[in-house]
Amino acid sequence: MQVNDTNKEFRPLIVAFCCNWCSYAGADLAGSSRLSYPADVKIIRVPCSCRVNPMFILRAFQRGADGVIIAGCHPGDCHYTSGNYFARRRMTLLFSMLDYLGIERERTRVEWISAAEGAKFSATMNEFAETISRLGENRRLEDLRCKE
Amino acid sequence: MQRIGVFVCWCGSNIAGTVDVEKVASSVAGEPGVVFTTNYQYMCSEGGQGMIRRAIKEHGLTGIVVCSCSPRMHEATFRKTAQAAGLNPYMVEIANIREQCSWIHKDKDEGTEKAVILAKAAIAKLNLNKPLTAGESNVTKRALVIGGGIAGIQTALDIADAGYEVDIVEKSPTIGGRMAQLDKTFPTLDCAACILTPKMVDAAASDKINLYTYSEVEAVSGFVGNFKVKIKKKPRYVNSELCSGCGVCTEKCPSRKAPNEFNMGLNNRGAIYIPFAQAIPNVPVIDPEQCIKLKTGKCGLCEKNCTAKAIDFTQKEEIIEREYGAIVAATGYRPISLENFDEFGYAHNKDVITSLELERLMNAAGPTKGVLLRPSDGEHPHEIVFIQCVGSRDTSGCGKPYCSKICCMYTAKHAMMIRDKYPDTKVHVFYIDVRTPGKNFDEFYRRAVEEYGVDYIKGMVGKVAEKDGKLLVQGSDLISNEQVHIEADLVVLAAAIEPDPSVRNIATMLTASIDTNNFLTEAHPKLRPVESPTAGVFLSGVCQGPKDIPETVAQASAAAAKVIGLLSKDKLTGNPCVAHSDELLCNGCSQCACVCPYGAIDYIDKEVNDHGKREVRRIASVNEAVCQGCGACTVTCPSGAMDLKGFTTRQIMAEVDAICR
Repeated sequence: MQVNDTNKEFRPLIVAFCCNWCSYAGADLAGSSRLSYPADVKIIRVPCSCRVNPMFILRAFQRGADGVIIAGCHPGDCHYTSGNYFARRRMTLLFSMLDYLGIERERTRVEWISAAEGAKFSATMNEFAETISRLGENRRLEDLRCKE
Repeated sequence: MQRIGVFVCWCGSNIAGTVDVEKVASSVAGEPGVVFTTNYQYMCSEGGQGMIRRAIKEHGLTGIVVCSCSPRMHEATFRKTAQAAGLNPYMVEIANIREQCSWIHKDKDEGTEKAVILAKAAIAKLNLNKPLTAGESNVTKRALVIGGGIAGIQTALDIADAGYEVDIVEKSPTIGGRMAQLDKTFPTLDCAACILTPKMVDAAASDKINLYTYSEVEAVSGFVGNFKVKIKKKPRYVNSELCSGCGVCTEKCPSRKAPNEFNMGLNNRGAIYIPFAQAIPNVPVIDPEQCIKLKTGKCGLCEKNCTAKAIDFTQKEEIIEREYGAIVAATGYRPISLENFDEFGYAHNKDVITSLELERLMNAAGPTKGVLLRPSDGEHPHEIVFIQCVGSRDTSGCGKPYCSKICCMYTAKHAMMIRDKYPDTKVHVFYIDVRTPGKNFDEFYRRAVEEYGVDYIKGMVGKVAEKDGKLLVQGSDLISNEQVHIEADLVVLAAAIEPDPSVRNIATMLTASIDTNNFLTEAHPKLRPVESPTAGVFLSGVCQGPKDIPETVAQASAAAAKVIGLLSKDKLTGNPCVAHSDELLCNGCSQCACVCPYGAIDYIDKEVNDHGKREVRRIASVNEAVCQGCGACTVTCPSGAMDLKGFTTRQIMAEVDAICR
């Protein structure tokens, strides 16, 4: 979200990749329990956290996302047995690379949220949105490349 | 170019209350591909679905976006609607503007703005959708039940009753399981054997049920409807066809050193043995570790005495390959090892026993012929202490964090039976809580306290020490807040139960998931309690969680009902959202096969036409019937050849772009 008008309060743009079986269902439960979190969070449904290609995250940052969160089933509870373990390893590598590129470590996150954890979903998103708001607008990935 | 229709649902006031539905519909009208937008009070109603069907026909739509509740709720509904109007059901995308928008946002402008973005993301994705067709596969009309305890027997009987073939694979020499070891059952105090053995006989007599006892599952491949299983049949060294079950061999056997597993090691058995009198099949088995003939080549007394000429020392292990449509895990439990509970002195004191050992001591077919005698000196115990929750509800790390569920009730049963048979015996029970949730359970427990005068003490035992042939039990009474010292003759530990250790290996073979306590995980804790998350694999009995017999039987029948539902189908429709490899990009590196949890990826040599150049290449080939569509391979693929239908890289990128626009 481009904020050019300095009078306007900064509203971050947050992309959340949620696995279909646990975290997307957890988001649904947060909804049916009316547990609010900021509208800045936009959810993309993926079958499993292991479907999240690091490219998707790079693309989100390139297009102006201020924070990206990947949510999957708890370790050991993956619907596909082991997908979340792959996600965890891939993201650990990607996030340290992003950190190196100048995208603060706090802007990226992996969380395990089960289908029964509506409250955790809402709390996580509230807390993440607050962190991103505090960090302020992200410099776009393409801008990072152009500078220096 | 797609021709997309966007249908915005009000969901009464559920969505329309915080989202301006008309504005959502009008805001997306100019999006690429969108040719029609509308809104309606209840899209899922017959009126709403009719509206969608008419619009598809009138405007020649190639795909629809429904902005409504969660796809987990109504995706299937709208897919059917689209199909009824002649569209491919996978040309439907849902924008979740209820659970993930209207229900959590209070500000109408904010809600509307987010709903528009979610709708745009769905439209962007739909623009890249392709019609998908699910593959079909045949169903082998036979089921496999792993484990021949009461759970496995009940499941097999119910499946057989519906007319389908069932095989039971049981690792021990007889079916019957733990229930066969029990003396009486709560809360009715009827004898376990009296209700179990008729079922064992029924299973053996059924022409639909095949028993593979003394056998283990060696390997499982395939998928729902088409499992291929290798069963290892261990050698019995006795020909089942010839054996009459007379039992003379078991009496003549001179080797008497092996602890009798059926009696929990309280006495010894021969090297050739029948686990118990009602065993099915009633055929002895030779323990190769104990048999003098097999070890030294001498002896052979059993062979000499067998009039049926059934002893066969040349028998070898056999591997049987069978095909199944469904598999039921019914692997059961065992009591935990008590080596971590040194304070009770189980390892070094013979008169400290577990409840299952007491069960054998009380049983008329047990080592003492049903007379309760101390294992150390064969005397009648006059003061008995029961200790509850040994290893259950234990967060210290020594035991298990869960409640084993059956101990409170069986201890009440034991206490009652002892007081009934030996009224001069004093019985004390140390407990944390008494849990009696079950039909007639609390009444049963109260009878133990009120009618049988069992002394229940709320508190834990700190130490059991031996003193002058007595067991000094030191505990605390939390109600009177006093230390309690009891000089007992016998101490009975209610050891926690844990899944049979064989379940780990079986779970790996079945790709069924297992929880931190080694219980098999159900597909949904409330709504799908007997299915494993792996299609075609079902759960029966304690392998899924601690249960008593009534619950085990109920779950066993429920699992059977699910199996029958599956086997009654002639064809199974798969999930079309599966991985697919682009043969021109694939370099056959096999990275994808390494991460596939289902072994769905094979390598084939195939002639490909690479821009006019024909050559044979080794490329990845996805078995669509096995692939579950997780997408692990798509990210691993270094050349970008692997993609997931329905969630392609381009589709997800398009969603990211739409959200970050």
